[in-house]
Amino acid sequence: MALLLAGISVLAALLSSVASLAAGPNGLAWHGMLWWMQKTPFRPVQRGERLTPGRFSRLARTTPFLLLGVSGGFAVTAGMIALLGGGTRTATLPFGLPWLNWHLALDPLAGFFFCILGIPLIAASLFGPGYVREFEHGKHTLSVLGLFTGLFVAGMELVLLADDAFLFMIAWELMSVASYFLVAYQHEHATNRRAAFLYLLMAEIGAIAIILAFGVLAGFAGGLTFEALRSVALTPLWASIAFVLALAGFGMKAGLVPLHAWLPEAHPAAPSHISALMSGVMLKIAVYGFIRFAFDLLPSLFWQWGVLVLLIGSASAVLGILYALQQQNLKRLLAYSSVENIGIIFTALGLSLIFQSSGNSQLGTLGLVAALLHSLNHALFKSLLFLGAGAILHQTHEHSLENMGGLIHRMPKLAALFLIGTLSIAALPPFNGFVSEWLIFQTALQAGGIQSGILRSLIPTASAVLALTSALAATCFVKVYGVAFLGLPRSRHIARAREVRHPGMLAGPSLLAAFCVLFGVLPTPLINALGSLTQPLTGFVLPNISALGWLWLTPVSPEVAAYSPALVLLGTVAVGWLCYYLLYRRTGLEPRRAEPWDCGFGGLTARTQYTSGAFSMPIRRIFEPVFDTCETVEEQTEGPANTRVTGLRYHFQVLDRAWLVLYEPSGRAVTRLARRVGRLQAGNIRTYLGYSFFTLIVLLWVVS
Amino acid sequence: MAWLMAILQTLLFIGLAPLLSGWIKRVKCRLQNRKAPSLFQPYRDLRKLYRKQPIVPQPASWIFRAAPYIVFASTVLAAATVPLVAIHLPTARIADVIVLVGFFALGRMFLVLAGMDIGTAFGGMGSSREMTISSLAEPAMLMAVFTLAMSAHTTNLSQAVNFVLDSGLVLRPSFVFALGGLILVAIAETGRIPVDNPATHLELTMIHEAMILEYSGRWLALIEWASQIKLMLYGVLIANIFFPWGIAQTFSLNALALGLGMIALKLAVLAVMLALSEVLFAKMRIFRVQEYLSFAYLLSVLGMLSHIILEAAR
Repeated sequence: MALLLAGISVLAALLSSVASLAAGPNGLAWHGMLWWMQKTPFRPVQRGERLTPGRFSRLARTTPFLLLGVSGGFAVTAGMIALLGGGTRTATLPFGLPWLNWHLALDPLAGFFFCILGIPLIAASLFGPGYVREFEHGKHTLSVLGLFTGLFVAGMELVLLADDAFLFMIAWELMSVASYFLVAYQHEHATNRRAAFLYLLMAEIGAIAIILAFGVLAGFAGGLTFEALRSVALTPLWASIAFVLALAGFGMKAGLVPLHAWLPEAHPAAPSHISALMSGVMLKIAVYGFIRFAFDLLPSLFWQWGVLVLLIGSASAVLGILYALQQQNLKRLLAYSSVENIGIIFTALGLSLIFQSSGNSQLGTLGLVAALLHSLNHALFKSLLFLGAGAILHQTHEHSLENMGGLIHRMPKLAALFLIGTLSIAALPPFNGFVSEWLIFQTALQAGGIQSGILRSLIPTASAVLALTSALAATCFVKVYGVAFLGLPRSRHIARAREVRHPGMLAGPSLLAAFCVLFGVLPTPLINALGSLTQPLTGFVLPNISALGWLWLTPVSPEVAAYSPALVLLGTVAVGWLCYYLLYRRTGLEPRRAEPWDCGFGGLTARTQYTSGAFSMPIRRIFEPVFDTCETVEEQTEGPANTRVTGLRYHFQVLDRAWLVLYEPSGRAVTRLARRVGRLQAGNIRTYLGYSFFTLIVLLWVVS
Repeated sequence: MAWLMAILQTLLFIGLAPLLSGWIKRVKCRLQNRKAPSLFQPYRDLRKLYRKQPIVPQPASWIFRAAPYIVFASTVLAAATVPLVAIHLPTARIADVIVLVGFFALGRMFLVLAGMDIGTAFGGMGSSREMTISSLAEPAMLMAVFTLAMSAHTTNLSQAVNFVLDSGLVLRPSFVFALGGLILVAIAETGRIPVDNPATHLELTMIHEAMILEYSGRWLALIEWASQIKLMLYGVLIANIFFPWGIAQTFSLNALALGLGMIALKLAVLAVMLALSEVLFAKMRIFRVQEYLSFAYLLSVLGMLSHIILEAAR
C-alpha cells in the first residue's frame, strides 16, 4: 500500500515534467490549442469561454506544480504509513538490466525521508506558480524549468525507494543531472554557468566515490541488491575503505568541509523554490545515503569512523556559520548556513557512530534520532527561509542585504513568517531547531560512560564547538532579520516594495512555519514514531522518551534531563500577556510616536544605520585567521598636494579558504596533468598509426 | 503544593531582584566614598517609569513594542527553573540548564532585534556588540555548565544541586575552574565592568545601553527589571550550584526560612565582591573583551578536562 503510494508519488513527479513539456510554447498542448483556435477563426472571445490564451498560460503554469504538490502529498502519506506501520515493503520492477531487475523497498528510514521530502515539496509547489510568473516572458521557457524540476523530484524519490545499488546510482545521477540544469536555468549570467559546471563536476566526483564504495561491498557480496550487500563479511581494512569512500561521496553532495565550496555557488543560482528544495531536501537525500550505507549496509562499525565524522561535522558546522556571517547576498548566506546545519547533523551522526561502536546502543540511538530530527527541522526552516528570500527577490529583485531594510513595514505577513524561520534556525526555545540541538547536547553529555579517555575529552570539546556554532548562528540570523526587515530601507526599490499578491507565495511558507512551531512545541510524538526506524538500524528504541507524558521530552531518564517546550510556550505567553495586561490595559497610557535620538544634529537617514558588513565586523576581526579578507580603502583627493579628501570608497570581500587550499590547487594540477597527456596528441598521422600498431600488439599479447 | 511553592519562589525571585541591585549600588557608593541612595531606590525608579508615557521612535515596528514583554517573560521563565530557596520543585523539570541558556538567548535575540528596529547607528552598534560578546560567552557558559552536568550526571538544576549536597564538602578541581569561568561569563552577560558599564551613557563605549537607548516608560521599566532579574539569576546560579549548603530540601517552614536566609546571605556576599571588583577594575576596550572571554572559555575547558582526567577516571 505504502509502496504503491510512493510509486504514485514518483509517477506524479514524472507526469509533472511531461505536463510542463507539453504545455511549453512548442509543446503538444500549445500546438493543439493553436490548431483549435485556427479551426474556429475570427471567433469573438465569449464570456465563459473555457480556454483563452491567458487561461491557457495560467493552466500551463499551474498544472506541473499541481502535480508536484500531488507528488508531495502522496510522498508524505506513504512516508507516514511506512514510519508508523514499521516493517519493510519490497517490490521488483521489470526494468533495468536483464539479470538485475529494479528492486524497490520502503522501510521506516526511507519513509521518514519521504516525509522530509514531501512537506517542503508541497510548500514549494504552492509557492512556485506565483514565483515563476516573472520567468514566463523571460528568455527561457518554463517548460525547461518544469521538466527538470519533475525529473529532479522523481530522482530524489527513486533514491529513497532504491533497494539495489544499480537503481540507487541511476536515481542518484538523475537527481544530480536534473538539478544541474536547474542551477544553469538562468544561464545568461556567467557566474551561474560557472556555478553549474562546478556543481556538475563535484556531483560526478562524488558519484564516482559512491560507486566505488558500493563496488567494494558488491565485490565481496557478489550481488548488487542491498540484501546481498547487507550480508557481506568484510575485513576491517576493506570496511574502512568503503566507509571513507561513502563519506567522501555523500559528504561531497551534502556539502561537508572542505568539499563544500561548490554549494554556496550552486544553491543560490537556481530559482528560489528550487534552492529551497536543493538546500532543504537534496542535502537530506545525501544524509539518507550516508545513514543507509553506514548504519544499514556496513556489517560493523568502528569508533575511529565516528571520530572522523565528528571532526568533519564540527569543522563544517563552525566554518559554515562563520562564512555565512560574512555574506551579504541573502541566498548565499542561507547556502552557507546549510553547510553549518549539515555539519550539525554529521556531528550527531559521529556521536551516534562512536556510541554505537562502543556498545552503548541507547546513546547511539539517541544520536541518530537527534540527527534525523535535525534533518527534518533543517528541511523545514531552511526551505521556509529560502522561500522567504525568494519572495523578497520576486518583489524587489534585490539579492544583497546591504540594500534592504525596513521590509517589515512593507511586507508584514512575510516578515512574520520569516521571523519564525529565523527563531527556528537560531535554535531558540520553544522552536524546532532548539529541540534537535538540545538532543545533541544531551547525547554528548553522556560521554562519561565511554572507556577511552581521549574520546571522553573529544566529545565535550565537540559539543563546545557546537555551542559556539549555535551562538554564532543566532548572531548570523539576527543580522539577516535586523538588516533586511528592520530599520530604514537602504535603497529606493526596497522602500517601494509591496507584499506578495499571489496567495500561494504566502501559503507555502506558512505551511512550513506551522510545522516549525508544531515540531518545536510537541516533539515527543514525533520522536516516539521514530522507534520503528531505529529498531532495525541500531536494535534499540528509546525507552524513556515520554516517561513523563507526551508534553515532556526525556531523552535518557527524567532524573537526567527533561524539557517541556509546550509548557515553555505556555509560560512565555502567560507571563507576557499578564505584563501586557497589567501595564497597558490597567494604566491605559498610549505610546507616542517621536523621532529617535540623533545626538541633536537632526536628519537621521538610512546611511547612518549599521550595515550588514558592519554588524559582522567584530566577528570578522576576532576570527580573522579563518577568513581570507580583501579590504581596500580608496581615497579621492583634491586640492594642493592632494590634502583634501572628497570621497572615500571602502571595499571588502571575504573569500573562502577552501578555494585557495583545495579547489584552485587541484584545478591547476588537473590542467597540468592534461597538458602532459595532451602531448600524446601530436596531430601527426604516423604517430597515431604507431599508437594503433602498438595497441594491437599489446592486445594480441594479452589475448594469446 | 509543590507547584504553589514554585510560583511563590518565582514571585520572590522577581520581587527581590531590584533589592539586590539596590544593595550593589549601595555597597559601591560606600566603597567610592559617596553618599548612597536608599536600598529601595530601584523600586522607586521602576514605579516612576511605569507612570511615564512611553515613546515609540518613528521607524519602529511591532517588534520594538513586543520585545520588552518577551524579554521579561523569558527572564521570568528562566528564574522559575532555577532553585532559589528550595530544590525538588516541579518547574525544574520544564527546563534544564541548557534550556536556561536558551531562555537567555531568546530574550537577547529580541532585545537585539529591537535595537536594530529603530534604524539608528546606536541601536545597530549595541546590537552588533551584544551579539559578538554573547556568541563568545555562550560557549564558555555551556562548557562550565557541562562540567557540572557531567559530574552530576544530569542537566536538571535541582538534581545537580542535590548531587553537590549529597557528595558533601569535596574539593573538585573541575568545579573550581568552572566557577571561575562562570563568574567571568556572568560579568560579561550581565553587562558589568570590565565588559560593559551599566551606569554610563557615554556614546562610544556602551553596549547594553546602546540597544535600549530608545526605550522609555513601562518598556524601559520591564527591560531594567529583566536585567536586574538576570543579574540575580547568575548570582543564584553561582551561589546555589557551587555553595548549595542551607538550601531547603523539604518544604517545612524551618527549612524554607533557613534557605531564604542563606541565599540572602550568599547573594549579599557575592554582591559585595562584585561591587569591589567594579571599583577596582576599569572598563576594557571592546576588542579586549574577546581575550577576556577566551580566558573564561579556557577556564571552563580546563574544568572539563580536569573532570575527565582526574575525577571520572575512577
